[in-house]
Amino acid sequence: MIKFLFDIDTWQELYDSISKNKLRTIVTIFGVGFGIFLLIVLLGSARGMENSFNKLFGSFATNSVFVWGQNTSKPFKGFQEGRRVQLSLTDAKKVEENIEGVEFVVPRNQNRADVVRNFLSGSFTVNGDYPLLDRVQKKKLVHGRFINQNDIDHNKKVIVISEDVYKQLFEKDKNPIGEFVQINTINFMIIGMFENGNVKVGPTSDMHIPFTTFQQIYNEGDKIGWMMITGKPEYDIKQIEEDAKLLLKNLNKIHPKDKRAFGSFNLGNEYAKITGFLTGMQFLTWFVGIATLIAGVFSIGNILLITVKERTKEIGVRRALGATPLEIKSQIIIEAVSLSLIASIIGVIFGGFTLIIINHFWGQGDDATLINPSVSIGVVLTALLILIILGTLIGLIPAFKATSIKPIEALREE
Amino acid sequence: MLKINQLHKSYPIGDTSLHVLKGINISVNEGEMVAIMGSSGSGKSTLLNIIGMLDEADAGEYILDGLPINNLTEKKAAVYRNKFLGFIFQSFNLINYKNALENVALPLYYQGMKRKERQELALFHLEKVGLKDWAKHLPKELSGGQKQRVAIARALAANPKLLLADEPTGALDTKTSHDIMAFIQQLNDEGKTILMVTHEEDIANMCKRIVRLRDGVIMEDKKINQVRAEQYV
Repeated sequence: MIKFLFDIDTWQELYDSISKNKLRTIVTIFGVGFGIFLLIVLLGSARGMENSFNKLFGSFATNSVFVWGQNTSKPFKGFQEGRRVQLSLTDAKKVEENIEGVEFVVPRNQNRADVVRNFLSGSFTVNGDYPLLDRVQKKKLVHGRFINQNDIDHNKKVIVISEDVYKQLFEKDKNPIGEFVQINTINFMIIGMFENGNVKVGPTSDMHIPFTTFQQIYNEGDKIGWMMITGKPEYDIKQIEEDAKLLLKNLNKIHPKDKRAFGSFNLGNEYAKITGFLTGMQFLTWFVGIATLIAGVFSIGNILLITVKERTKEIGVRRALGATPLEIKSQIIIEAVSLSLIASIIGVIFGGFTLIIINHFWGQGDDATLINPSVSIGVVLTALLILIILGTLIGLIPAFKATSIKPIEALREE
Repeated sequence: MLKINQLHKSYPIGDTSLHVLKGINISVNEGEMVAIMGSSGSGKSTLLNIIGMLDEADAGEYILDGLPINNLTEKKAAVYRNKFLGFIFQSFNLINYKNALENVALPLYYQGMKRKERQELALFHLEKVGLKDWAKHLPKELSGGQKQRVAIARALAANPKLLLADEPTGALDTKTSHDIMAFIQQLNDEGKTILMVTHEEDIANMCKRIVRLRDGVIMEDKKINQVRAEQYV
């Protein structure tokens, strides 16, 4: 059999057979080629979509949960229900110290403020933040830097603004770094500018000032608006959320079963939902692709079966001349496999080009929906391997059909 | 060379069966040229097919060159056919997408001969039938007589012990028929054993022995004075 595969005559016979029956070859190739083309394009697009989602989440530590205080819904330890829950820096510190699996906790404060620069003004949200925020929610800085520890230590009056703020307060092409804006009649020096991007996941923000500066100008003391809790990658963020809430309830004298005392947004959960959706889509893609491949391979089997019928006489002649049944079978199977392979290579090439075109139109720029649509070599090889196996199995049907007819009957066929 | 004893063959037709060969006894020596004659349905083609190992007998003995031929596997039959037998068909049975040379080389391919040797040998046989210049032509570009010559070259290629011809001139006009017969006679002169089925009296007379079949039995088996085909050419 190995000798058969490495014999140039085998391939000469194959070449003759497929090049002299052009229409058959083309129709067959179309069947399988289209199947693998579809598989490649679908898988590539699915990958592109995954990449887009990853880009959206890319600026966030996805293993995070945001927790803020609301009103209690149960009376507890002498407190009436409906009490406003106020989180504090101490709470954040306790969570960071006591909850298993927490990587870090970022306390935050937010307020709405009128911002004035010369004769221009606007109303924006202003956040009091620690440098650590940059690790939970990566800021895409266009100019300058983010808040650092030095700013915190010295209650510096510096500010990082978003591109939206810049557009409203500045003339075009003016470098905002080192300029001043006024909040509550206090001058802040701009140290950085970031862009939010076109598609937003999680809370967006306009301006950031050092947490300590925020405390000072709004007279907030120990109070915080909410905290971002980021878990270590190997821990389940859902569990961390529950543990943290229970601890916070304990610290703030809230009934342990009070469900409304804290509001939260679990980014990990949202991320898992989308990942689940992507996995589902990938499964669907494989399912559709492989089903199409199987249909294609069956069409090869079908066409070979017809050609075997057409070539009954030829097969009879070959057998009269001394071809053994094994030789006839091998020839037909190798035809099936080769046709499948040629077809799939054409399908892969066209699929690849289509992905390049998709990338050109939908994979570029900020609002790209299919970023870098691609298929890994491993996937392509797997698909080819499946095809070779299927092609061999399907080729067996016409092969046995061809040798089940006695040579005498084959010769009699007109 | 060839010995057949009490050969029986029947084909099932619906519930009954048709007894085609009813105890055939025949033996052929080396260098003979035998015509098997009979009207259609006499069993002459069936006999040729059994001799050609394309069909199997129900009962009886068939010995070819000292080898008993019975209960052959398909594989063994294929090897024997390739080694011992050359076939010439009424409808030539050339493979239409292969050129003359490739057609002639086909039995050598199944013998496992190397490509280069095969092509040289095939060309030698094509030259022998006078079609060396037509080696690269496809069957559809050849005349009937030329096609049959290619088929003869193919039958000769593997140097078989026995040439089997089923109505070799059946699809040819008289002049071309005589042409082909002259060539077959020449092969016989060179020592090839030839067995042919025909229903044409003048073609049969160009052989050296006529076996007449009727309803599955041999009616007559006689040696004749061979009519040479050259005189008509």
